[in-house]
Amino acid sequence: MNVTWLLAWRNLWRHRRRTWLTVGAMVFCNVLLVFLISLQLGSYQMMIDGTLSAFTGHIQIQHRGYLQDQRMRQSVPDAALLAQRLREVPVVDSAAARAEAFALASSEERSFGVLLTAVQPHYEPRVSTLPDMISQGRYLRASDAHEIVLGSLLARNLKVGPGDEVTFLGSARDGSFAAAVATVVGIVHSGMDDVDRNLAQVPLGWFQRVFAMGDRGHAIVLRVHHLDQVDAAVAALRAALPAGESLVVLDWETLQPGLRQAITSDMASAWFMYAVLIVLVAFSVLNTQLMSVLERTREFGVMLALGMRPSRLARLVAMETGLLGLLGLVLGIALGALLTAYLGHVGFTYPGMDDMAARFHLPARMYPRVSLLSLCWGPATVFVGAMLAALYPALRLLRLRPVAAMRAA
Amino acid sequence: MSSISCHNLCKTFRQGDEVITALDRVCLDIDEGEFVCLSGPSGSGKTTLLNAVGALDSPDSGAITVGGRRVDNLSRSAQADMRLHHIGFVFQAFNLIPVLSARENVEFVMQVQGVPAARRRQVADQVLAEVGMAGLERRRPAQLSGGQQQRVAVARAIASKPALVLADEPTANLDSSSAAQLMDLFVTLNAERGITFVISTHDARVMAYAGRLIKMRDGMIVADEPQQPRAMGA
Repeated sequence: MNVTWLLAWRNLWRHRRRTWLTVGAMVFCNVLLVFLISLQLGSYQMMIDGTLSAFTGHIQIQHRGYLQDQRMRQSVPDAALLAQRLREVPVVDSAAARAEAFALASSEERSFGVLLTAVQPHYEPRVSTLPDMISQGRYLRASDAHEIVLGSLLARNLKVGPGDEVTFLGSARDGSFAAAVATVVGIVHSGMDDVDRNLAQVPLGWFQRVFAMGDRGHAIVLRVHHLDQVDAAVAALRAALPAGESLVVLDWETLQPGLRQAITSDMASAWFMYAVLIVLVAFSVLNTQLMSVLERTREFGVMLALGMRPSRLARLVAMETGLLGLLGLVLGIALGALLTAYLGHVGFTYPGMDDMAARFHLPARMYPRVSLLSLCWGPATVFVGAMLAALYPALRLLRLRPVAAMRAA
Repeated sequence: MSSISCHNLCKTFRQGDEVITALDRVCLDIDEGEFVCLSGPSGSGKTTLLNAVGALDSPDSGAITVGGRRVDNLSRSAQADMRLHHIGFVFQAFNLIPVLSARENVEFVMQVQGVPAARRRQVADQVLAEVGMAGLERRRPAQLSGGQQQRVAVARAIASKPALVLADEPTANLDSSSAAQLMDLFVTLNAERGITFVISTHDARVMAYAGRLIKMRDGMIVADEPQQPRAMGA
């Protein structure tokens, strides 16, 4: 082995307890970072899946401009047929057509403005979890002709329940007056006030007749097997779309820009906390290496006297720190991976999580998600932090004079 | 390479408000292959002169030439290279690197010089055998006696084949038997390899080995005389 590396390695173990304390701090920090980042990424995955599976889907196909300006006329032709075709694209898990219109919903006692959403009752449960959140009655069926499901808060506001009728007044696609009566068959309670206050779903066929849509819809909602497949699916769908139509393929980040922003903002605050942790570890490394350099001043003086250049001494200290950091990195990743993989398998919970999870229809246990990124990101940053912390003691050596150093006690 | 020439060397140190003159207009010439002892009481300037000649410290004024090359005005890197390739050092406190074995200590300078590993090991073992340390190559300094440590230090000093070895009080921490053995070793290396030795000491028994004795006091050379060196083992 190269004598300098040998020297660096053996120097580490001159004060075993001190070295292990520093390595211990790095390992603790790395295990914590691996776990927290895995948990964070896992919870983002849950958050994204939860939000997208509730309503938006991973991808939507809409008429160009519909997302920004929801006009009835900006529609998707042959919506049901197109959804049928897209279900055959290999990367697509499921697809369902939807249409939307603003309408005034009236019961015997009250009226409210709602966004009426038309769905394919047979396919909607495959792209959305809302049909599973029926708290009263049932969800729509393919055979339904003029039935409707309402959000729990909307139903309460309208003072209706299953079996009651609601009248809708709105403007059809051709500008004519759209009016119809629908019978409430189910109440959805999602726990999300916004959804429960506005949800009103009707069968697509009924909607197309009432709102003079013909065979048109406003969106094809698609799910892929896994979030990672979205980009590939977007590319495949663009190729599969009929030429000449003004249709666009929108991924979930475009459909739900707030979701990405929320994740980015959460990551920023988490990284601030991680940065504090890393700085503390870096100071621990700085302390160890500075002590180590100060107590070896005489020895460094001898090395300089023998002809070693100061820059090489600085490199020696950097090598020692590198080895120290590498120990912390390897042990931290190994222990962090074991802990996270175990908790990722069995899941974990904390007091109060059951209630919150039930409210938002999320799993009652959290599952951290181990990935190459979550394993390496934190520990690599700690390693870089440790190397930066070693700069000061290493740079001190550049100013060392052999005679003065050899006089040091 | 080993011829040393010092011209009008002056060096002062500050100790609080007091200015101490360590070298006072020192002029000195040493030829290749000489075995020279610098003697004098503590504070007479022996170590300061050795440090200046060995490019470890620069004088305030004056010029030092080693092997025809000025060393007092070199950059720190050039001084380091000069020490690495041309000068061997033996210190009073041995100054071996505690975490390296005897062999690794000897290899250390050659490693810095960039000598290939196989060659380093071969030379280290050969030099250790030459100084009487065969069989103890794998021992760490803490496992060696003072005399053995100083032999390893000598092996380290000569492993890179320097033309000049500077030894600062090399026997001060040794018992008289080890000191005599060390001086015999120096004499042998001087005779067989032609290495120039400049040794600072205030031990009369060490001075007896020198072919030239330079006496210093208050930073000045007060006597510089050739002498009949003591025979080895005597």
